[in-house]
Amino acid sequence: MLRFFVRRLIIALCVAITVSIIGFSLLRLSGDLASVLAGENASPEDIARIAINYGLDRPFYIQYLDWVTSALRGDLGRSLFTSEPVSELIMDRIGVTGGLAISALILALLVAVPLGVLAAVKANTWWDRAALIFSVAGQATPNFWLALIFILVFAVQLRWVPVSGSGSIAHFILPVVTLAVSIMPSTMRLTRAGMMEVLSSDYVRTARAKGLSPFKVLFKHALRNAILPVVSLAAVQLGFLLGGSVIVESIFALNGIGYLAFQSIVRVDFPVVQSILVFLSCAYIVLTLLSDLINAKLDPRVQLR
Amino acid sequence: MSGLSSSSDAPVLVVDGMNVDIAVPAGALHAVSDVSFSVRPKETLCLVGESGCGKTITSLALMRLLPRTATLTARKIAFEGHDLAKISERAMARLRGYRIGMIFQDPMTSLNPVYTIGNQLEEVYLRHHRGASRKQARERAEYLLSRVGIINAGQRLGQFPHQLSGGLRQRMMIAMMLMCEPALIIADEPTTALDVTVQVQILQLLRGLQDEFNMAMILITHNLGVVARTADQVAVMYAGRVVEQGSAEDVFHNPAHPYTRGLLECMPKHGQAASMGRLGSIPGIVPSLVGNQRGCSFRNRCSLQMPTCHEGQIDLRPARGDHFYRCLLEPGATKPRPVSLGSAA
Repeated sequence: MLRFFVRRLIIALCVAITVSIIGFSLLRLSGDLASVLAGENASPEDIARIAINYGLDRPFYIQYLDWVTSALRGDLGRSLFTSEPVSELIMDRIGVTGGLAISALILALLVAVPLGVLAAVKANTWWDRAALIFSVAGQATPNFWLALIFILVFAVQLRWVPVSGSGSIAHFILPVVTLAVSIMPSTMRLTRAGMMEVLSSDYVRTARAKGLSPFKVLFKHALRNAILPVVSLAAVQLGFLLGGSVIVESIFALNGIGYLAFQSIVRVDFPVVQSILVFLSCAYIVLTLLSDLINAKLDPRVQLR
Repeated sequence: MSGLSSSSDAPVLVVDGMNVDIAVPAGALHAVSDVSFSVRPKETLCLVGESGCGKTITSLALMRLLPRTATLTARKIAFEGHDLAKISERAMARLRGYRIGMIFQDPMTSLNPVYTIGNQLEEVYLRHHRGASRKQARERAEYLLSRVGIINAGQRLGQFPHQLSGGLRQRMMIAMMLMCEPALIIADEPTTALDVTVQVQILQLLRGLQDEFNMAMILITHNLGVVARTADQVAVMYAGRVVEQGSAEDVFHNPAHPYTRGLLECMPKHGQAASMGRLGSIPGIVPSLVGNQRGCSFRNRCSLQMPTCHEGQIDLRPARGDHFYRCLLEPGATKPRPVSLGSAA
């Protein structure tokens, strides 16, 4: 177990380093940051001054190493726009985005996994088709449209929840549901596919030949095996929710990381953008590592691979 | 060997007129037609035949583990006062693993990869012994593992199936099905997926345990060597029907049906040198089982085919005593009946 963990950790570190280099380079490849910051009518002297001011005149690898070493000390620089430390900007917002993403994932799993199991057990019946329709509809519905419809129906018409803002738990209900609906279809289909395969497996037949109750056959013997790919998918989805909730955060005016990234890109606030990029990548890597560990815990064969 | 000593015992299982139809797009596939047999304690009945002859469907029907598209009908399937064709699914589940055990062909895929051996053994015991403690179940599991010849049984309980060889897994499967000392054990090709050297050990183990636990056994195989080694009674199946049925001795020494004779010719004889020529084979393939069956299902592969073989229903008829066969010819005939005696004259 320890060797497995250490090996995965080393791989994760390599990925993190690679991603930070790529992210850092991409921002600089997108154009001369100094001239963009200086504005359209700036003189060459102004641009040169800005470049020196932000250290953009130095060789690329020096800039990178400088940034990485201070990042490792916890200093991600300051926002060009508000002068606040970037680490504080991120920390202030991680609660909103993290809470949103985790709640949405939990809600999605609570709905999609039982629905997937039901669809597999009742394969090719009315239940299965209903679940299929639900998942296709969910997959085809854009996030922002669903968010607006939810606001119209539940906030404006029925007045059950507030329209936007982040003052109370009630503010989070619609965004969480919106995000959850967007990841439910894939989770449900994967659970169904896994269950279909496992239910026709020899060991499930063995479990039935042992006289076990249908409940035990389904939830002890089948689901534990069928859920393995769903765990990996859930980790990817959580990463997606952390970084990809920009639109939903914007619509509901939730002050999260996605919204911050969006604002910073518009303002060419490159210290913030590159830090968010690397921060989200690291979150992704940690989640993948976590899902590997959960899979290893659930499936004893994983460690051998 | 036990045929005589136990002949006074009442049969554990009596199957009478069992049919299994499977719904396929082209209609109803008669996977098993009118199969009847019985097994006594300590007795082994071998179901023999080629792939697709209905052996496995027969065994799954007895366990009521048929696919959803299959329907089982029977005049009766009597087992310990129950009619297995009619009892509820709940009642059947209480018999599975408790009074009837089943061993499957492939031990590599028949065990759940994510649970320990101990867990998979204990759950059978805990399911069927209300109020039994985990400790009791563990002790029973350890005892049975050592009983099926697994050394370091206590240590093995904590291992996972992938850490065991195929032979050990099949032993574990046997131990699992013996947790509750069933009266009947159904083994579907239990040695087919194993090394030849391990096959013999597993068969000997099964025979030994059968005597010790006083079990009846239905052994499904396509391997006549296995039949010769283990069977008291033999039922030869072809295209979903029993074509010959009797004691192992009668069927082996005086095969009555042309198909049985063909099968026996496919088997290398002891002491037969490779230079003595090719092994026999039966030309052709098993016919489709969809739709109504008329006449003898083996006729198109039979060298003794006669015009009358196409007609009507051919019943099982006695060859001698308890030895039955399903053919229009005299038992063991090597020539077709002269045309003058046939109805087509």
